[in-house]
Amino acid sequence: MTGLFSEVFLSALLFGAVTAAIPLLLAGLGEQMSEKAGVLNIGIEGMMLAGAYLGFVGAFYSGSLWLGFLAGAAGGVAVALIMALLCVRIGLNQIVIGIALTLGLEGLTALLHHFQFSRSYPRLPAADATVIPLLSDIPVIGPAFFKHHLIVYLAIALVFGMGYLYRRTQLGLNLQAAGDKPAALDVAGIDVIRTRTIAVLTTGALAGLGGAYLANVGAGLFIPFITNGAGFLGIVLAMLARGRPVWVLFGALLFGVCLSLTTAMQVAGINIPTDVIQMLPFLAVMIMLVLFGRRASLPAALGIPYERGAR
Amino acid sequence: MAAGGVIRSSLRTIPIFLYWAFMSSLSSSSVAARDIVALEGATKRFPGIVANDSVDLSIRQGEVHVLLGENGAGKSTLIGMLSGLLQPDEGRILVDGKPTPITSPRHALALGIGTVFQHMMLVPTLTVAENLLLGGPWWQRPRTEELAARVAEITSTLGITVKLHAKVSELSLGEQQQVEILRAMVRNSRLLILDESTSMLTPKGIDELGALMRRLVEQGLAIVFITHKLKEAAAFGDRISVLKLGRKVGEIPPERFRALGEQAIISEIVELMFGKQKDDPEAVERPIRTVRAEAAPLLQVADLAVAPTDNAPGLSSISFDIRPGEILGIAGIDGNGQKQLAEALAGQRAATGGSVQLEGVAIEALSVGERRRRGLRYLTDDRLGEGTVGTFPVSINFFLKQVGAAPFWRKGVEQRAEIEKRAAQLVREYDVRTPSLKTPVARLSGGNIQKVLLARELAEGAKVVIFNKPTYGLDLANTLASRQRIRDTAARGLAVLLISTDLEELLSMCDRIAVIANGALVGTVKNADDARTKVGRLMIGLAA
Repeated sequence: MTGLFSEVFLSALLFGAVTAAIPLLLAGLGEQMSEKAGVLNIGIEGMMLAGAYLGFVGAFYSGSLWLGFLAGAAGGVAVALIMALLCVRIGLNQIVIGIALTLGLEGLTALLHHFQFSRSYPRLPAADATVIPLLSDIPVIGPAFFKHHLIVYLAIALVFGMGYLYRRTQLGLNLQAAGDKPAALDVAGIDVIRTRTIAVLTTGALAGLGGAYLANVGAGLFIPFITNGAGFLGIVLAMLARGRPVWVLFGALLFGVCLSLTTAMQVAGINIPTDVIQMLPFLAVMIMLVLFGRRASLPAALGIPYERGAR
Repeated sequence: MAAGGVIRSSLRTIPIFLYWAFMSSLSSSSVAARDIVALEGATKRFPGIVANDSVDLSIRQGEVHVLLGENGAGKSTLIGMLSGLLQPDEGRILVDGKPTPITSPRHALALGIGTVFQHMMLVPTLTVAENLLLGGPWWQRPRTEELAARVAEITSTLGITVKLHAKVSELSLGEQQQVEILRAMVRNSRLLILDESTSMLTPKGIDELGALMRRLVEQGLAIVFITHKLKEAAAFGDRISVLKLGRKVGEIPPERFRALGEQAIISEIVELMFGKQKDDPEAVERPIRTVRAEAAPLLQVADLAVAPTDNAPGLSSISFDIRPGEILGIAGIDGNGQKQLAEALAGQRAATGGSVQLEGVAIEALSVGERRRRGLRYLTDDRLGEGTVGTFPVSINFFLKQVGAAPFWRKGVEQRAEIEKRAAQLVREYDVRTPSLKTPVARLSGGNIQKVLLARELAEGAKVVIFNKPTYGLDLANTLASRQRIRDTAARGLAVLLISTDLEELLSMCDRIAVIANGALVGTVKNADDARTKVGRLMIGLAA
């Protein structure tokens, strides 16, 4: 039992927490943007899967993690394009299309994986960490937070970039208006459909990137259903964050700790059935929903397709 | 630094102003005021109806052009075409004399056409400044300082004040409307369209809007003012066009307008709209009814109180009683607790104190359904939201409050024959214009939905009826029919509580009028000759 509280164990736990949190963070930030603009993006799980698959394929064949990330983001955008076309432009039901996209991508990526990799199960080499000098020498915290791949720091910087976007820019105003009162945006001369399309495509890019990170850095391989509900956790985070990116970060880290604990407890060999341990993150979701669910405030026009002139 | 910004921004806007001033002086001196925007034979069809049938309209600068018409006359469609939301199927729109299809709201704005829609078009979660900034190029940072300078410039000439940093959801409806007018001005509109802008305003707010419109046209703007109230049209307009069933049936040009008095104009408009009636059709002589003072009150309310909520005022010490055959009016500016009062009486809102007695029996602890069974009926003002289920057929909507009860349901099974028989009877009796009994009620017009509600609530067993804004949003014919229905109800010996924000309505119908302000009754006036001034003084906070 002493191993459980050793410095090494603790810093490994926190390192794992950050690694697990990054895909949730990217998915949550992406979902937040869609929801702000009034689109409930249930297809985000599918976008992450597309990103994970294409991200892995890109990195595996090119040998470059960055090309992998790029391919992952492009995969997410490709799925988001379908979503934008069907739900934003044509105005079909966002929930139905979102579920269909998620199920479709689960099947498609599993099938492609079966043909390509089911014999060999290739792995990527461990990702290079960008070690931040001085800070990484702090005991426990240093190895846990300051020895990650560069994209981790970029993702965290993105949180503040998003905060600036929402509060200080014209695009931020337009996004919020598209979600709260799209008709007002339309008569102000801004195309609501275009604004929402931009939001959905950005969601796709972020979710795809999150999926690619999950496969390439988190796991180093692709397996079917690798996202395991990360996209749905992203939706929960976005709903609880009340439109503030920094709350997505806090939530993602909290879930990250839970996810990391499940691995750590299995490694430590604690005598609890693994099924129970694996429930932990989802138990955390339920507890958070019970505690903070009432606080969730969603845009007034969330989930309602915009049609000009309709009352 | 800030001062530099102010100067630069005003330099940028002044030339546009000068340009228009210059152009307007040119045009007004050479020719008679030219049309800024004109419609020629504009026709717009929707499935099943012709919303606008070959309408000609000329809109000139310096004029308030009133578009008058009842619900469904095609006013909103016309506005839709001018503001770029709809395209005409036939005919064309001329801007400055040139045929110009207005393809989108953005295009309309670029042409200088600003619209204040009937339904507020502000984002409630953003501040006033942010709302005014909406629509800027997305890559720019919002130019807050520039905006503040521009707003100060405009508000000072118009004599209005605007709180730039308040959230829109915290403003009153009148203030929100000023923000919308301001937004049109900030964008250098030369044509301002006001769609039913007085429907949400207090009498004082309406007068202020009239004065503001006058100042705006004096600055060289053109205004299109849509209304269905004759008095406003006569008071605020320079030129009036009357629409009826999608056609323009007449126009009163400014020369004629000036030559006639207000009464003469009103009777001319009525002539145009209805053909035969002469006088203000809303002014119906109130028949003298005698309410037996010695009769025991049907409804007695004493010290009724309701706790305030986040978005609604509470009620405090509300006391009144209504005798059989009496109509008690509740006057007051909208949002002063009218809905809370109606809901507390109906049992839909928990009261925190006081008593409500129906025929001398306390009912304040009873449920909504039990109160209804004992004869207390409530006609909501939210006809589609809480009054009916829009997707259900007309027939079922008649019996929504009796679901499961015999003879329409037996052992939980719907008795279709019984329902249809009774529904057909009610449709005839209340003159509900519906294609069939199976038509979803939401497809009917507002007036016909109201008839369905009236039929349901006035059905057998009613003793006390609460009407909340019974004619709100209805056209003239349905308004008159509803009022007659309410009078008949009282004549049958029922007690009526009539909540309305339309003072004329109350004066024409009630025996007594109580005034509600901030959730309390501030006074009750007998409806005699001086009632108008007394109620008016109570409404604006002076003692009667």
